[in-house]
Amino acid sequence: MPLAVALLLLFVIGGSLAVLFGTAPLDLGAIAGDSYLRHVLLFTTIQALLSALLSVGLALPVARALARRTHFPGRTLLLRLFGLPMVMPAIVAVFAIVTLYGESGWLHRLAAGAGLPLGSFLYGLGGILIAHVFFNMPFAARTLLAGLESVPGESWRLASQLGMRSAQVFRLIEFPALRASLASTAGLVFMLCFASFAVTLTLGGGPRWASLEAAIYEALRFDFDPPRAAVLALLQLAISGCLLLALYRLMAPAPVSPGIGRPQPRPDVAGRGGMIWDAGVLILAALYVGLPVLAVVIAGLAGSLGLVLGAWSTWHAVLVGIAVSTAATLLAVAGALMLILGRSRLLPRGLVAFIGSLPLAFSPLALGAGLFVLLLRLGAPLDLGLGLVAVINGFMGLPFVLRVVAPAAAEAASRHDRLAASLGIAGWSRWRLIDWPLLRRPIGLASALVAALSFGDLGAISLFGTSNTATLPLLIYQQLGAYRLDAAAVTALLLVALALAVFVVIERIVGGPADA
Amino acid sequence: MNKILARFLFCLALIGAPVAAVSAADLPVLTVYTYNSFVSDWGPGPQVKKAFEAECGCKIDFVGVEDGVVLLSRLRLEGASSKADVVLGLDTNLTAEAAATGLFAPHGLDVTALKLPIEWKDQDFVPYDFGYFAFVWDTTRLKNPPKSLADLVGGGGTEKILIEDPRSSTPGLGLLLWIKQVYGDRAAEVWRQLRPRILTVSKSWDEAYGLFLKGEAPMVLSYTTSPAYHIIAEKKTQYAADNFPEGHYLQVEVAGVLAHAPHPELARKFLTFMLSTKFQDVIPETNWMYPAAATSSGLPSAFPPLPAKSLIIPSEEVAKNRKAWIDEWLAAMSQ
Repeated sequence: MPLAVALLLLFVIGGSLAVLFGTAPLDLGAIAGDSYLRHVLLFTTIQALLSALLSVGLALPVARALARRTHFPGRTLLLRLFGLPMVMPAIVAVFAIVTLYGESGWLHRLAAGAGLPLGSFLYGLGGILIAHVFFNMPFAARTLLAGLESVPGESWRLASQLGMRSAQVFRLIEFPALRASLASTAGLVFMLCFASFAVTLTLGGGPRWASLEAAIYEALRFDFDPPRAAVLALLQLAISGCLLLALYRLMAPAPVSPGIGRPQPRPDVAGRGGMIWDAGVLILAALYVGLPVLAVVIAGLAGSLGLVLGAWSTWHAVLVGIAVSTAATLLAVAGALMLILGRSRLLPRGLVAFIGSLPLAFSPLALGAGLFVLLLRLGAPLDLGLGLVAVINGFMGLPFVLRVVAPAAAEAASRHDRLAASLGIAGWSRWRLIDWPLLRRPIGLASALVAALSFGDLGAISLFGTSNTATLPLLIYQQLGAYRLDAAAVTALLLVALALAVFVVIERIVGGPADA
Repeated sequence: MNKILARFLFCLALIGAPVAAVSAADLPVLTVYTYNSFVSDWGPGPQVKKAFEAECGCKIDFVGVEDGVVLLSRLRLEGASSKADVVLGLDTNLTAEAAATGLFAPHGLDVTALKLPIEWKDQDFVPYDFGYFAFVWDTTRLKNPPKSLADLVGGGGTEKILIEDPRSSTPGLGLLLWIKQVYGDRAAEVWRQLRPRILTVSKSWDEAYGLFLKGEAPMVLSYTTSPAYHIIAEKKTQYAADNFPEGHYLQVEVAGVLAHAPHPELARKFLTFMLSTKFQDVIPETNWMYPAAATSSGLPSAFPPLPAKSLIIPSEEVAKNRKAWIDEWLAAMSQ
């Protein structure tokens, strides 16, 4: 079964590439001799590496603080807040970040009020990194937190008995437990930032920091040179592939010793210094993520609420969004579970993680265009717009599900494989009795993430848009295109609020009650 | 899981029902490919659909994509198998390339009713509106706006401007061609001179104009008609557009009939309807562009007079040189 899913993934990517190459002759010389392209490759790689290192580097103290402080008022709210940035369409996040850090943003006004006028720092690498950390740090923190929570209770008991200090805890317990998710999360963030388009262009201040995705867009649009887009997408795939290969060894989940699975107190929770540090880290993280979200809320409440919420088109877009994201989530979760749970001798776990990551290493634009042509060639009806969007979103969501569910699945396997085999429990009954109860929470988190991501996604739909199928992100663009900035602000607020609701509801339904 | 599945099926049913209802009506369906903002609630689409359906004995199915350029890309990807009858939303920078695909049929219409600042000879495409690119500024924040393009480029002003990327945005390409036509071989030098004044180059007009309204910069590349929106719809008079003596770059938006159109008769009927007052009356205050033919009651008074001089580079020349000009721009802007 995993082999079938892996082959399907490879077929989709390979097929999309092949049809793009098939549309016109390829001019390799023009690509090799393009000096701007070389510049873009270098700058995009630097930008994505910095974004990934910063996002994961900053997520680590946040995740540790969250793991150490399991009970404080607002912890659940903070975790929910962390689910929001990734679901914001790029344009909403850009406006929110500009409200905060822009030339006439809160920070500049605050500084000017205090008599310390700030220089312009947003447009350029600074702005790109601010936005990419905003998008990715919260997600990284949540995945790392999941890794920390899976440390078996015995380790903590042992650490307490040995009187380990914070640094020792990190070196001897946390880092080994986190190594795999650190590597895979950094890889994931790198790929997301490598394909970042609207953010790198608008906040980058110009084409200097524009990403390869902008060049792919140019090739697909104006030049109508799909083979060129395919070569650029391959370059992108190769660079991300190199990084994945470099991280390959690290990405294999660390061996987990079977434990009693009951939480034990950590030895590094007490102490005033640690308390102040953790509080500081959490407050800063909450402000960093929360303030842009607050900017969205304020702008939305100031807009023409009644007009937007009273329009049928708004609620139609909501329904379409729910249908698409539900289908995408089912696809992504089903695909990922088949990859993870199936046993295949041909596919070691590291390779599964590698193949599962490919959808993100591939340019979403090129993938979209390729899939579109591929489906045309296969004789699909032209107005499958929505179905196509769901498929692409499911495809792009798969790596996220893998990231969240695979570590827990590996742990479940190492704990129960032998027992299950000796009792002869396999197939459906194994899933029902062993895997589902153990994986339910990570699957809940992953489903919620994919659903929310798909809910806020614009990428696919703007290219294949069909009649009467506006989703909320598309509606925001339509409102902006018609000068209705205030209506767009309301729709953005609605989108963020609904994405949060989708997140909470799915995590609760699929993941079960929080205290289970 | 069962709950999710049930919810999914419920939603599918919700969406499926209206679709089924429409197809049951059994009228011929005219498929019009266009850009998203045309079909949005605030665009001309809903009114145009209502007016045409009242007289054609047919249904219009608008299919909206990102913008005019994507429209052409999508047509090329679909080729002869496209179900589109009419394509509405290409502009004069794309018509030569669009015609070269061989996917369009001659419109065969009498276009003497057109009221354009230029002579119209294209056999494949019919204009429905036009506009001029311009820098729009906020009069509360900019006291001494540039008086000419030369003043903007070399006048020593320090106020920042917002522009769009010519690779992903129609106004962005418009500015590139504007500067190219005015400065010719000196264009790269002009861009280097202009660069310090550019706050950022955004992906699309939406982002640039949004940043402008948020107060990030006092000037943005938009259309001469943008202030009219603020005056008419918001009663705000603080925005103004420049009127440069060098002239303004013209954008003419056009529609065409596809050679493989399933309903060619109906498609031509739609193009004829497009030049009638029923269509043209809708344009000024929904698409915020100048109508391409007569309207029943003239233009809204908030619309500015046409610029003294219309700049436009012939479509064939744009098609031939665009890549080189964009590369020149990239080199000047990314050093």
